[in-house]
Amino acid sequence: MIIVVDYGMSNLHSVAKALRAAEAHDVTVTSNAQRLKNASHIILPGQGAFPDGIKNLNRLGFIPILREEVLGKKKPFLGICLGMQLLASIGFENGKNRGLDFIAGESKQLPINPTEYKLPHIGWDDVVYKETCSLFASLPQDPDFYFLQSFFLAPEDTGDVVAWCDYGIKFPVAIHYENIVAVLFHPEKSQRFGITLLRNFLHLKPEVC
Amino acid sequence: MLKTRLIPTLLFKDYSLVKSVKFADYRMVGNPIQSVRVYNARNVDELIFLDIAASDDGRDPLFTVIEEIANECFMPLTVGGGIRTIDHIRHTLQVGADKVAINTAALKNPLFISEASTKFGKQAIVVSIDVFQKSPGIYKVRTSDKTHTLSLELGNWLKQVEKLGAGEILLTSIDRDGTMTGYDIELIKLATQTVTIPMIASGGAGIPQHCIEAIKTGGAAAVAAASIFHFTQYTPYMIKKSMNEAGIPVRLLRT
Repeated sequence: MIIVVDYGMSNLHSVAKALRAAEAHDVTVTSNAQRLKNASHIILPGQGAFPDGIKNLNRLGFIPILREEVLGKKKPFLGICLGMQLLASIGFENGKNRGLDFIAGESKQLPINPTEYKLPHIGWDDVVYKETCSLFASLPQDPDFYFLQSFFLAPEDTGDVVAWCDYGIKFPVAIHYENIVAVLFHPEKSQRFGITLLRNFLHLKPEVC
Repeated sequence: MLKTRLIPTLLFKDYSLVKSVKFADYRMVGNPIQSVRVYNARNVDELIFLDIAASDDGRDPLFTVIEEIANECFMPLTVGGGIRTIDHIRHTLQVGADKVAINTAALKNPLFISEASTKFGKQAIVVSIDVFQKSPGIYKVRTSDKTHTLSLELGNWLKQVEKLGAGEILLTSIDRDGTMTGYDIELIKLATQTVTIPMIASGGAGIPQHCIEAIKTGGAAAVAAASIFHFTQYTPYMIKKSMNEAGIPVRLLRT
């Protein structure tokens, strides 16, 4: 059972729909944290601000269960956009907040010149990925994915980064560490390539890219 | 590199897909769900869906129809038409839209823009502006509620809209709508020189060259079009291929 976490922060409908298009047969959207115990895969989507995200996860009791299921039982996990940023140790959006701390690092604003590069970073932008990473299997070179963000996760261990984008600066947009995968762009809004990526995630064998 | 977008527009009236000329002479051009499926298969960058009768009829958006449309879209979807309240926006986003376009409601109560932008994030709020040319270089804004003629000059409204927190502007030339004689480049230039938020140009595309001009000369961040897709042989891919050859960064996928 693939669980899409509903913590009041996103377009769950699109995420669930895209997973089904990626041939996921058993997709459940839920705000009931207990259900993660029966999950085969856990998806944490998200749009909105870091403080609201972590507050809602906390309020709904997701944090200890996520820790157990993702860090403890090492279930396949996919974070999307805010769901990626929340993995950080600290988030700097609208103040300083502790994140899930699943990936050592910070969530911070893209350090770019706002007169040259507008924020949020919205639209289709190309992603350069590590060839060996099977998250991007069957995709062409430098595929475009849909972005909608101003903040990004900067991991301390850059060895976990598997894809980058260039918008003013080159910044990480995907990480893969053991069972934890996270992408800064929206595969559910990125049509064919997005669905392929989701399918790849669902079939990933535990490995480090 | 961030890509320039080509966005097909679907106009919805009386449960049918329609197309107009200069916002009049509406004719039925097909089934909306079928069209969305084709556009999705053609990998378009985004889609705009406008329920053009909602404001005139004074009714709520048709959420069931919007949900059906959204179910076929795996790219960003902007929905507009009759969106007048925060609840309308919430419901529209809940059934699958990624952005909402507001027009009449913003003109009647400009603070609605800032309320919406604060609540849902500015990237979810597109302000749609329909414009007619009064005299050379002078453009006026029209509401979709035809009983109200506003004497609102475009430049002032654009600045206000940006200040209030709109994420993008959908700028439609009523005079060029459906004519396929080219976008109003002077209009687009005036707008892109007045505000910095992304401008989606609409009204007049008939050949790929028109789209190229709107972007290169007009400065538009994206081009919206409808008639070119309903009435000519040009596919989104063909138009984007021309844009690419003209040096415009686009998302080019063979379909």
